[in-house]
Amino acid sequence: MKQFQYSRPATQQAVIDAINKPGAKIIAGGTNLVDLMKRGVTAPDKLIDINHLPLKNIAPVKGGLHIGALALNSVVSENKLVVAQQPLLSMALKAGASPQLRNMATVGGNILQRTRCAYFYDTTMPCNKREPGSGCGAIGGYNRMHAIFGASDKCIAVHPSDMCVALVALDATVIVQSKKGTRRIPFADFHRLPGEHPDLDNNLAAGELILGVEIPDNNFAKNSYYLKIRDRQSYAFALVSVAAALELEGNTIKNARLAMGGVAHKPWRLVEAEKVLIGKPVSAETFNIAAQIAIQGAKTYGGNDFKLKLAPATITEALKHASGLV
Amino acid sequence: MKSKNPPEEPAHEDNFLESSRRDFLKHSGLLTAIAFTPSPLVKAAKSGLDEKIADLYEKVPVSLEVNGVKHQLSIEPRVTLLDLLREQLELTGTKKGCDHGQCGACTVHVDGHRVNSCLTLGVLVSGKKITTIEGLAKGDQLHPMQEAFIKHDGFQCGYCTPGQIMSAVACIREGHANSEHEIREYMSGNICRCGAYPNIVNAIQEVKEGGQPV
Repeated sequence: MKQFQYSRPATQQAVIDAINKPGAKIIAGGTNLVDLMKRGVTAPDKLIDINHLPLKNIAPVKGGLHIGALALNSVVSENKLVVAQQPLLSMALKAGASPQLRNMATVGGNILQRTRCAYFYDTTMPCNKREPGSGCGAIGGYNRMHAIFGASDKCIAVHPSDMCVALVALDATVIVQSKKGTRRIPFADFHRLPGEHPDLDNNLAAGELILGVEIPDNNFAKNSYYLKIRDRQSYAFALVSVAAALELEGNTIKNARLAMGGVAHKPWRLVEAEKVLIGKPVSAETFNIAAQIAIQGAKTYGGNDFKLKLAPATITEALKHASGLV
Repeated sequence: MKSKNPPEEPAHEDNFLESSRRDFLKHSGLLTAIAFTPSPLVKAAKSGLDEKIADLYEKVPVSLEVNGVKHQLSIEPRVTLLDLLREQLELTGTKKGCDHGQCGACTVHVDGHRVNSCLTLGVLVSGKKITTIEGLAKGDQLHPMQEAFIKHDGFQCGYCTPGQIMSAVACIREGHANSEHEIREYMSGNICRCGAYPNIVNAIQEVKEGGQPV
């Protein structure tokens, strides 16, 4: 690992001053960053430790629930308010990583974690995300884990987070602060598609610090389900995951949220499929129709062709669980 | 760990930052350094040993308690808790498996919570209490989980065992050992290449059902 300087600025303001400098990177849990530094994928000049900042709170705010950027994944997943009001988030967090990693990883770090594409990690291989202009090893290479939505000819990597799939489904907002003040970014607009610049994972500007996320109140608590399909039962990244949340009135779907993980460069919200569900009865047929709409426009790359069947099947299954059909 | 830019690593776009950091330390940093620092550093500066000064300045004081023993250390920020335990404190019970947070062999407790010590920078645990596998037994009296692993043959080669046991103890303390399914889910961060999983689950279930304090 390349040498770097370490600092722990005392205040939030001092942190924001420190991260505004080139070569500086924030460290919180370090579960992703330290790994990337060990492999030489990233080599910051200076690490800014923010673990002492008062950003661990989980508390109700007007119209929603606020979760601080430094709240640990394990703590959030077992928090009573989260479990009672936003069980989808709790389920998604528990589906991610291992208990040890969840004890280290923060909400802010989870949002900012980088793709697990093997070509991004292997510094001997081409990767436009790691080294713009070097090419994409995954296109025409080993792409079992890769995107079926929103990819470009520069990059077909996927965002690896489970938590973010739940947050995009729940219409969360990311709250960030810079020298200019605070800014609220809708979760669906936070991460980017690769386009011509796969090196940019998200729209967080230089010098911005994530303070936390806010989830608006909803009526999905009774009918939420997170279903993650992976190569082993636990502790693996998603081939496909689905966050499903329904609001039911009798047997009729009054409101619906659907999002997928493991299929795109960002957590993938399925707005058209949601529209189809609203007003329909709870039935396998309804869910199958929504799943077929969700998969429209998908494009595969050889190794991930199976996702064309796996993705809609996972959507149907997640909706069955969420609605209580199974 | 000592080489700044190993030749096998490709050039990175931020190499210029490395040079600018060195320049900073050599030029501006040196003046303030000499003003505030003890004589060995000043001597080093006079001898033109800029790199050594840079190294000294990059070391960070860390105080931590490991298995009840307090330590005051000065470490490079890139030293992981795992390397600190094994190389500096000679506590080699904690194992280095993958060194990338994928196998769990390095599992230790920080302030009572299990973490992967290979992905934990030493500077981030200053002021914290660490428990390693060496800290579980009370003298010659093994921890109940250690006893159970022996009784149920919860290992073959034994390399993953310290991590498995640290994780197993945490699993019970967290309240996640209520069924075989739950134990398997909450032990999934510890890989056993020999495949001793059924015996590990049996050991954990026995300790859990025995009700002894862990």
